[in-house]
Amino acid sequence: MLILRLALKTLARDWKSGELLILMLAIVVAVAALTAVAFFTDRISQAVNRQASEALAADLSLQSTAPLQQNYSLAAQAAGLETASVVSMASVVFAGEGNTLANVRAVSDRYPLRGRMKIADGLLLPARTTDAIPAPGEAWASTRLLARLGADVGGIIEVGTARLRLGQVLTYRPDRGMQFIEIAPSLLINAADLDATGLIQPGSRVRYLLLFAGDRAQVRRFKVELQEMLGDGERLRDIADVGPQISSAMDRAQRFLNLSALVSVFLAAVAVAMAARRYVSRRLDTVALMKCLGAKQGLILRVSIIQLLLMSGIAGLLGVLFGYAAQAGLSFIMRDLIGGELPPPGWKPVFLGLATSVSVLTGFALPGFMQLGRTPPLRVLRHDMGPPPLRYTVSYGAAMASMLLVLWWVVGDAGLLIRIAIGSIIAMMILLGAGWLLVRMLGGIRGAAGVAWRYGLANISRRGRDSAIQVVAFGLSLMVLLLLTVVRNDLMDLWRSSLPADAANRFLINIQPDEVSGVDDFLVSRGLERLEFVPIVRARMTAINRVPLRERDFAGAVGRQRASRDANLSWASTLAGGNQVVAGRWWGEAVPESPEISVERRYAEDLQLELGDILSFDVAGETVSATVTSFRTIEWDSFKPNFFIVFSPGLLEPYPATYISSFYAGEGQGADILDLVRRYPSITVIDIDAIMSQVRGVMDKAALAVQSVFLFTLFAGLMVLLATIQATRDQRLYEAAILRTLGAKRRQILLGVATEFSVIGLLAGGLAASGASLAGWFLAESQFQLEYHFDPVLWLTGLIAGMTIVGLTGTLATRSVLNHPPVHTLRQG
Amino acid sequence: MTKKVSSPEGSLTILDNVNLEVYAGESVAVVGVSGAGKSTLLAMLAGLDEPSAGQVWLNDTEITALDEDGRAVARAEHVGFVFQSFHLIPSLTALENVMLPLELVGRENAAGEALAVLTKVGLSQRKGHYPRQLSAGEKQRVAIARAFVTRPAVLFADEPTGNLDSKTGALIIDLLFDLNQESGTTLILVTHDISMAERCDRTIHIESGRILDPAVA
Repeated sequence: MLILRLALKTLARDWKSGELLILMLAIVVAVAALTAVAFFTDRISQAVNRQASEALAADLSLQSTAPLQQNYSLAAQAAGLETASVVSMASVVFAGEGNTLANVRAVSDRYPLRGRMKIADGLLLPARTTDAIPAPGEAWASTRLLARLGADVGGIIEVGTARLRLGQVLTYRPDRGMQFIEIAPSLLINAADLDATGLIQPGSRVRYLLLFAGDRAQVRRFKVELQEMLGDGERLRDIADVGPQISSAMDRAQRFLNLSALVSVFLAAVAVAMAARRYVSRRLDTVALMKCLGAKQGLILRVSIIQLLLMSGIAGLLGVLFGYAAQAGLSFIMRDLIGGELPPPGWKPVFLGLATSVSVLTGFALPGFMQLGRTPPLRVLRHDMGPPPLRYTVSYGAAMASMLLVLWWVVGDAGLLIRIAIGSIIAMMILLGAGWLLVRMLGGIRGAAGVAWRYGLANISRRGRDSAIQVVAFGLSLMVLLLLTVVRNDLMDLWRSSLPADAANRFLINIQPDEVSGVDDFLVSRGLERLEFVPIVRARMTAINRVPLRERDFAGAVGRQRASRDANLSWASTLAGGNQVVAGRWWGEAVPESPEISVERRYAEDLQLELGDILSFDVAGETVSATVTSFRTIEWDSFKPNFFIVFSPGLLEPYPATYISSFYAGEGQGADILDLVRRYPSITVIDIDAIMSQVRGVMDKAALAVQSVFLFTLFAGLMVLLATIQATRDQRLYEAAILRTLGAKRRQILLGVATEFSVIGLLAGGLAASGASLAGWFLAESQFQLEYHFDPVLWLTGLIAGMTIVGLTGTLATRSVLNHPPVHTLRQG
Repeated sequence: MTKKVSSPEGSLTILDNVNLEVYAGESVAVVGVSGAGKSTLLAMLAGLDEPSAGQVWLNDTEITALDEDGRAVARAEHVGFVFQSFHLIPSLTALENVMLPLELVGRENAAGEALAVLTKVGLSQRKGHYPRQLSAGEKQRVAIARAFVTRPAVLFADEPTGNLDSKTGALIIDLLFDLNQESGTTLILVTHDISMAERCDRTIHIESGRILDPAVA
């Protein structure tokens, strides 16, 4: 009882006097950063998990690029399963003046077999679930499709050669997946209208899906039966195939956001350590007195532990509340990308928040608090007596252990944990070294200006270690923010300016062989130069060196995925522009005697191919084989039709092919393209500009989300600054009193303080700008092969932001020192 | 008893072979110039510090043989303190400050006993006030109440009027001696003030860590 009362009383008083404010705030920042991310990712994972069970709109889905045989449906019915079919393809659709690329899905009755669609009577109207599908002659368009077309329910939409009435807004379909970039928003039509659209032509890119559902045992038995029946190019998927793909992408995103939040936790923990140091030193007298009055060491320790637990509970809960509010912000930023409502978060983040709070306080404050118990009672008579200094192994060991614990909770993988820990320690040492060097360099320019300047710089040098920590704490958060804003934009601009002005911005795909000359003539008649049309043959790789793919060992999952996907093959006699042979030789003009293949280098690496390997493909039911004789690199950003696999001429010509082409459309040519699509409805036009701006939109939003997480880092940096100011408060009071006694004006001292913090801010800004430049240079030169230029904006932003934030905060936080009458200070001193 | 400390200049002897016996109920003044070793002697006698050599006995207990916690128990049971700078706990009220030593030894009616002593020093009206709301004289009266509340066998007072003006100082001294007499406590008083020392039964002069022969003093 006494212990609890003492703990509460002391805490209450220290809270009132402001001694605990920084300590508690730092914990709040750490917990808020981590829980904001945890709440947000928890909601996303729940949404993903819920969706994963519906992601196929069935229990089992059979997919093919060719129409599926009737016997599958019959077999399913015989097995007592429900079936439904979906035929999906990309096509440009029209409504009034608007047109856009859409994913047209013709569905049969009973679709979807699992999950339910949601529809609305018009844009912005409330949605309801439905068990129906569009009636014949009717189409349901997704919100995004209507927005792009500028259309609404009741209008007419042209799909190929069919004219359909827009019946409903499709707000949700279970099998839409978690696609952040939706090149083609969906349009649902009745399977009965498919023929009228005329969209299906030989060689068109069409996906045929047959969906099955039933009770679990039946489905399992049927799956085995079905696997026996599968033809080439037919793929069977169940939930187990879909779930892991989505969750592994989610795991990576979640881990990245969590690690971003951990930077804030670490900085906040540094602030906690500093604030705790000060708090402990302020309590030494009381503890000495209590011991003098007969309190045992254990009592002091128990009081300290109760206080820490109380603090971590209160600050932890506050942090969780702030984190919850912040996740609402994150969800808002990402709302377009997520699409639809997110389920409310679970309780796990609350525990994570409280555990973080306890862990940070235990690791960074407890060792200091435990030292309190070792305060000699003699301190009541001799004020210079204190507890023996804490051993470095104890203080750093506890701090490290607590950070590793939080890291372990978040990362949950020992290998990754060790790599992150080592990486962070090295990065911190480099940053601290750089910070320390910057602080040291100041010594040289100390005499350059007046008293205030000298006083300010002297303060920075004298508190060298603390100054370096401040520089790094701010430098780090500013660096990341600069990287995400200025450097990211620089790289984007750099890449765009590296593209030729007339780089292709439209792709034409699905051109039938008999349409090639017509399309070419049409575009020439509209003022375009003659285009190059490249043939595509759809195929599936079946064997490497006569060994069937399923028997081959692939080192990575990527290789197997690539090999099992549908392949687009082409042939050519001359090497296309932007292609470069890096191994082997190109066959040249003369048609080689036996067929040869050239493979893109990275594709070859993923599949572990070597020159001389024989690749076999299934093309329209027949097997074709050829020898790999060269590897190529490709400049993908030339936006010309390019292929991973190119055959020598001769072998593929007899098979059904479609053609692909690309060209640059000027601003006034929108109408020409519309005319083209109206004339050739089965041709798909892909607007690269539109996709690029979509990609950019997604990147902007994702970057904004990461930036918001790093805002916490900035707050944590502020906490470090405030904690160091608090720790040096007595010293500053004493110095200011002496200076004022010696005749310094208030203004002079204030100027000195302003100089001190502005210079620390400048150093932090400089460190941030150089780090961000270095990262930008590295990314540009080694990752994107672009030439990076020095960006004065980056430096100006870094220096000004650093100087303003640190200068203002530091000066404001220290100002109260000047308002303290010097006579009080000197009397106490 | 001897106390040596190490310093950059080498080993420094603060107390040099001091022999002292104080009887129950006796009041003893320790006087000497600054740095003579008065406070160190007091720290040794009260078990706040350990001598480099020698023993200290307090009420038949050899406190030099006890560990830190053992000495804390001994202090809680037998010793009271009054300091020059009061040393009240700022987060506790006047009453709570007086209750603290009782609570540390687990006494049941701590509040009642504390209030009784606080009334004796004339501060019952201010029992709910915090140290910062009290004058210097009042603070020292609370400290005296705290020192006597456990009815200690020995009371150590270190310059109890050092931070007070002379008028308040005189009142505090009266209070201290009155309570001392009333409770029959042994008093060991460190002071510069000769008039205060004269009120004690015995005066010990200390110089350079040695007790001077009473005849010399």
